[in-house]
Amino acid sequence: MPLPAPQPQVRVVTLKIDGQDVSAREDETIIEVARENRVPIPSLCYLEGLSVWGACRLCVVEIAGTDRLLAACSTRVTEGMQVITNSERLQRYRRTIVELLFAERNHVCSVCVSNGHCELQTLAQRCGVDHVKVPYRHARYEVDSSHDLFRLDHNRCVLCTRCVRVCDEIEGAHTWDVMGRGTDCRVITDLARPWGDSGSCTSCGKCVQVCPTGALVRHGTSVGEMTKDLKFLPYLSRRRHGQ
Amino acid sequence: MNLDELNEMAEGVRAADTGIAHEVRVCMAASCQSSGAGPVLDGLREAAPSTGCRVKGVGCMGLCSAGPLVAVAPMDGGEPVLYRDVKAEDAQAIACSIGTAPVERLRLPNDLPFFSRQQKIVLENSGVIDPNSFKGYIAVGGYSAMVQALTEMTPAEVLAEVTTSGLRGRGGGGYPTGLKWSTVAKMPAEQKFVICNADEGDPGAFMDRAILESDPHRVIEGMAIAAYAVGATRGYVYVRAEYPLAVERLKTAIRKAKRSGFLGAHICDTQFSFEVEVRLGAGAFVCGEETALMASIEGLRGQPRPRPPYPAEAGLWGHPTLINNVETFANIAPILLRGGEWFAGIGTERSKGTKVFALAGTIRNTGLIEVPMGTRLRDIIEVIGGGIPDGRAFKAVQTGGPSGGCLPAAHLDIPVDYDSLRELGTIMGSGGMIVMDETSSMVDVARYFMEFCMTESCGKCIPCRAGTQQMHDILKTIAKGRGTRADLALLEELCEVVQATSLCGLGQTAPNPVLSTLRHFRVEYEDKLAATSA
Ligand SMILES: Cc1cc2nc3c(=O)[nH]c(=O)nc-3n(C[C@H](O)[C@H](O)[C@H](O)COP(=O)(O)O)c2cc1C
Ligand code: SF4
Ligand code: SF4
Repeated sequence: MPLPAPQPQVRVVTLKIDGQDVSAREDETIIEVARENRVPIPSLCYLEGLSVWGACRLCVVEIAGTDRLLAACSTRVTEGMQVITNSERLQRYRRTIVELLFAERNHVCSVCVSNGHCELQTLAQRCGVDHVKVPYRHARYEVDSSHDLFRLDHNRCVLCTRCVRVCDEIEGAHTWDVMGRGTDCRVITDLARPWGDSGSCTSCGKCVQVCPTGALVRHGTSVGEMTKDLKFLPYLSRRRHGQ
Repeated sequence: MNLDELNEMAEGVRAADTGIAHEVRVCMAASCQSSGAGPVLDGLREAAPSTGCRVKGVGCMGLCSAGPLVAVAPMDGGEPVLYRDVKAEDAQAIACSIGTAPVERLRLPNDLPFFSRQQKIVLENSGVIDPNSFKGYIAVGGYSAMVQALTEMTPAEVLAEVTTSGLRGRGGGGYPTGLKWSTVAKMPAEQKFVICNADEGDPGAFMDRAILESDPHRVIEGMAIAAYAVGATRGYVYVRAEYPLAVERLKTAIRKAKRSGFLGAHICDTQFSFEVEVRLGAGAFVCGEETALMASIEGLRGQPRPRPPYPAEAGLWGHPTLINNVETFANIAPILLRGGEWFAGIGTERSKGTKVFALAGTIRNTGLIEVPMGTRLRDIIEVIGGGIPDGRAFKAVQTGGPSGGCLPAAHLDIPVDYDSLRELGTIMGSGGMIVMDETSSMVDVARYFMEFCMTESCGKCIPCRAGTQQMHDILKTIAKGRGTRADLALLEELCEVVQATSLCGLGQTAPNPVLSTLRHFRVEYEDKLAATSA
């Protein structure tokens, strides 16, 4: 997302997050400053090291002086800003958003290779989603097992586009994209061809590692065995951006 | 070129017309064309006397339900005679009547409230000039606002005039235009852009199409003035591909303006240069949202991104960008020519000028109207619109399309302005106005608009993507009489979440049709529930 170019001389500002005084560089976003200060803000599409997407809406926060909720991942801090990250209202909204995600596709954790290592599961626990009141949709989705090493299961995809971004921005292959509109959206490889036929995929596996759920996994894993490792990302991201 | 030279040019065009006593104007906008205006124009061209009379195709005259429309106008400025439902066979009769008694059987009375209660600023040339004629636009004083701005005013003076006018954006949000312009003007940048948003995707709305089809030069002139005021040198008009006629006329207008030195490098021999290109949208409603629109122009997937940063700060390819609606730009030339004060004298305290509405639904006179802001809703529907046909009763009027809401009869006496509509749970929107009679079910209306939002959701953010689908399912169940109280409660909760958390305006306003019908017609929902869940 094109945020305005960082100014050469950034000022340092102070603001309040949940009543706590914190300092921040003017070009930082609320989520960066909050996490640095150990204020947890839930998120799904946001991943340090990738561009900001602003789509999961789980990180929305209240800011004094405006009725609009703003996404912490895409909002810059300003001097004197007062941020509330965890009001009763925000908690309620986040619960509903997580429920909408569970109901949208088919998340059957008990048979999922990511069971126990899944960001969506963790989110649900942290947001207090103990049941889902919106009706499950039970729509059919495909599984693409054509790749030698990896598998794509659309039933578990939350459309966070982390795979799209890591492949484009870090690996530089741009194998992934999104097609369709609304609930028909799905991630695709090359021009909606089977992943195994992709000419651009380098089989680096970065997409699999950044996928928060069991949508992108390694072949040969069974229930609960798929763990993911994100440690490479901050390092490669810094190298990519010449820092 | 200065103003005197432009006036001389206009004088020259008008002088060439001295032999002509009457002008026969045939509406060639999309609606009249589809009801057969083409053959009527051909017939009249053949039948009309070869001297003293000119037959020409013009833009929208407004009363689309009575099309094809033809006007016979005396060139001395007298009242034109209007004909309705004209067929090719009628050409002979109309041609013979020129200068003598009008053809009474086809005639539309001149004092019809549909015409007499309107006030035309944006549409003043609509139905009068030939949209394909550059000279025709010059003859009615076209481009004089631009030449005046370029030769006699500083950008700051142009900004001040627009700010004084109190003009607010006509694309739906109602953001003050002067403020938007000065924000872009203040951004320090080498390259800035001006975009005209002609994506117009609301069901039932065709204001922007009519303006582009009827008076394309005026929109280009507005854009050029804006570019001068904010310091931009390039512009785009983003038109939906479903408007082929508008696109064709716009492209013709751009080509002709450029050839005559009114666009391009060193416009009218000044230091100011401005290039305009047309970009076609492929029919996604969300591409009318400004950030999605810009992504689409950049060749990316038409998907919104979080704001801030607003386009004024980081827009097209990251450059400061001014984006306004077609009708907003169409208001600019008259504001400069007659002054911001004049414009601010029309309308209400916080909503200035006029607004174009597309009247549709169960109402006698459907078509395009322009009324001063603050006109009572009742006057628009009962007087200008002619009321509900077939002796049925009025039930509700929907404004603002899928982002708006429905108002019941009890609120017909409110003035139509941004704030009054918002207070009652609907919005001005871009100007669609759908009238419904007693036979319409409000639950069905809400379901229809929710279906629209669901299929038009871009799918980027979860609340809108999954929420609109869930809400649509619930509305479908309730409409079928199978809904429960728990369904209604969940519907209301989803409305709140989707409204508060969605990324862009589409999702944020998608619950509005539900919320407004729940507010004004809650019984209808409850009645449908009662059938199953006691
Ligand atoms: C889903 C959506 C669709 C929109 N469609 C249009 C449109 O078709 N035409 C338009 O002028 N503005 C549309 N807008 C509003 C634009 O984002 C933008 O605010 C407007 O073009 C600004 O122009 P104005 O200030 O002249 O109103 C839409 C907004 C949303 C959220
Ligand atoms: S992806 Fe996560 S939430 Fe979905 S089924 Fe697997 S473990 Fe459960
Ligand atoms: S609110 Fe709807 S249309 Fe807008 S970004 Fe989200 S999913 Fe796309």
